Amino acid sequence: MPVQSETGAATSRPHDGPHERPEGGGFSDRFSMHTKRLIWVWTFLALPVLFYSVIRFYPTLDAFRLSLTDWNLMKPPKFIGLENYRKMFADPAFWQVFKNTFAYLIFGTPISLVLSFTIAFFLDRVRFGHGFIRALYFLPFLTTAAAMAWVWRWFYQPAPIGVINDLLAQFGLQQQPFLRSTTQALPSIMVTAIWAGLGFQVIIFMAGLRAIPTTFYEAARIDGLGEWAILRRITLPLLKPTTVFLVVLSSIGFLRIFDQVYNMTTNDPGGPLGSTKPLVLMIYQSAFSSYQMGYAAAQTVVLFLILLVISLLQLWILRDKK
Amino acid sequence: MRKALMLAGLMSGISLFSVGSANAVEIEYWQYIYETRVNAMDQLIEKFEEANPDITVKQVTFPYADYQTRIVAANMAGKGPDVMQLFYGWLDKFVAGNLLQPLSEDAFPQDKIESEFFPIVTAMKRDGEYYGLPTAVRSLALFYNKKLFEENGLDPDSPPQTLDDMVAAAKAIAKHDDAGNITVEGMTLDMAGQDHQWWREVLVRQYGGVPYTDDYRKVTYDSPEGTEALQFYTDLQLKEKVGQAGFMDEAQAAFKGGRAGMTIDGTFRLGSFGQIEDFEWGVTELPANADGMRSNYSSYFANGIGAKVKGEELEASEKFLAYLTSPEAMEVWLDVVGELPARREVALTEKNVSNPIYGPFLKGLDYAHTTLFVDESAQRQVAIDMANRVLLNGQSPADSIKEAAAQEQKIIDEAM
Repeated sequence: MPVQSETGAATSRPHDGPHERPEGGGFSDRFSMHTKRLIWVWTFLALPVLFYSVIRFYPTLDAFRLSLTDWNLMKPPKFIGLENYRKMFADPAFWQVFKNTFAYLIFGTPISLVLSFTIAFFLDRVRFGHGFIRALYFLPFLTTAAAMAWVWRWFYQPAPIGVINDLLAQFGLQQQPFLRSTTQALPSIMVTAIWAGLGFQVIIFMAGLRAIPTTFYEAARIDGLGEWAILRRITLPLLKPTTVFLVVLSSIGFLRIFDQVYNMTTNDPGGPLGSTKPLVLMIYQSAFSSYQMGYAAAQTVVLFLILLVISLLQLWILRDKK
Repeated sequence: MRKALMLAGLMSGISLFSVGSANAVEIEYWQYIYETRVNAMDQLIEKFEEANPDITVKQVTFPYADYQTRIVAANMAGKGPDVMQLFYGWLDKFVAGNLLQPLSEDAFPQDKIESEFFPIVTAMKRDGEYYGLPTAVRSLALFYNKKLFEENGLDPDSPPQTLDDMVAAAKAIAKHDDAGNITVEGMTLDMAGQDHQWWREVLVRQYGGVPYTDDYRKVTYDSPEGTEALQFYTDLQLKEKVGQAGFMDEAQAAFKGGRAGMTIDGTFRLGSFGQIEDFEWGVTELPANADGMRSNYSSYFANGIGAKVKGEELEASEKFLAYLTSPEAMEVWLDVVGELPARREVALTEKNVSNPIYGPFLKGLDYAHTTLFVDESAQRQVAIDMANRVLLNGQSPADSIKEAAAQEQKIIDEAM
């Protein structure tokens, strides 16, 4: 009987009244099983919901409000309408940063995905020392970004101390300025960012590859398909969910790049001449070195919108066409 | 008898208790973490508490990168420090943000401040009121590597005194490999270090220009003289090839590593260079121009009192601030941190002036200028970019300086 009433409540009687419970009395009896369950569910859910709205949504929404003010932390914020946005769009430094951010995204994401897929694809077939090699690839992902950035910064130094330039010099090649060049600095930093994220992507791709049933491959081989055709017709299409996940995650990562840039160019943050500065670093500088909180909030809103649009766009492009 | 004893005991207990509660004041002192500064402050607090048993001072420290944000955030939360250390360049922001209160005329008479301290303390004065006082001041000097001087046939006991001498010495020291890459710098180039101060307040003036109007609200270095100063600076790398921006990452690293003959740096570097064991180094005044004209840049961290401090905390804070800026405290600071005393009488003793290390810095104070920054890091960035446009992009100094002046003027205007 209780079972019956319970399922009944769940399906057809959402407004179970107390009048159907002649016993009446305390909390436990006054409500139906369904309502009681709902109360419990919401009691448990209230905590994370509350936590999430206070910690996550409130500051996010507040950033929109702050972006319309001239708040500098010291005086109460004054409403100035879209002034911050007008200032931002008129600032050539913003457009430089905007360009840089997209350079990290447009080159970083595909390069890192192709590279990690290639590594995962071949690593998947390696039997000897498989776990060890996989661990080697994964290791950078576990290292602090700041520490890695400082090591790479040292690699890129000019000759007497820089490892790469020392090597070039040994082979009689011209030294490269790397971080001291307006054209080489951004790619130099991007390389380290790609390298740092590679391990994670390789692991996810390998998990995706392993999830493809071997029977598919067996069938394909029986049908006489070549390696390339198998890759194109079976592996890649079946890896689509994994790829979508990684594309979105990696794009968000490149759009929010900060640690590498900040740590590799501390003397001239985002330099030389702003050639490596991403949006997040600009936000950081506006907020915590110039204390233009309203302006920083406006930049944050722009970043948020870019992230939102790019993510939705990717999900839409890579969606399953059924 | 027993009654009397009990009464006496009770009385003394009460009196002790009341003394304790009425006079035990605790104040908080904030500064950023830098080992020698924290040590010096510990010593000063100990001495101060000994002399003022009714006051306890609690030292609170934060990493430098967070320090300013912490003060501002604490002030918003209504829990700021009673006495705090602040860079003189933050004053406008802190006054506008109502973080500081002016020093009372009774405790700190202005005529005494102005007669006893170096004139640069006036950078803490706004609308006729002082908002803080320094314990120590900093200035710049030319550090040189005696070993490299000797190896290249230069006299380690007579370092260059003019810009021309300096370039000549730098040329003698600089070494290049077969491909033309620099391997030992004669003179370091590092705008992100102290060179931006050297360029603004020293080189521009030595070439006959003025970097800003007197109130530092208008940029005036965009002039033929300023251009010449920038040309001189960038020529060190492009034409004379005696140094290279970014060599060994930072100027101080190149000097510390023994791969730079000369570098311009501040008093605050003495502690770090003191650890060098591979070679002997010396200090001399910043080189004069051909006419013998010298200039310098000086700066300091001041101590101020929080805006909301009142009553007995205020009294205790004033006492502590007075002690921090006393001759005794300045001597401790000089010994422990290596920064120069902010009072003339303490700084300009025979012993200090003839000191081969402190001497040149002290002499520099006499002709030093103190830039009134509105946003120090943003203004420094303008100078870094100005040099980079010439060094990396081959822009002409005249065009680059024009761009820099416009950018910096915008920063100043927006902050006002």
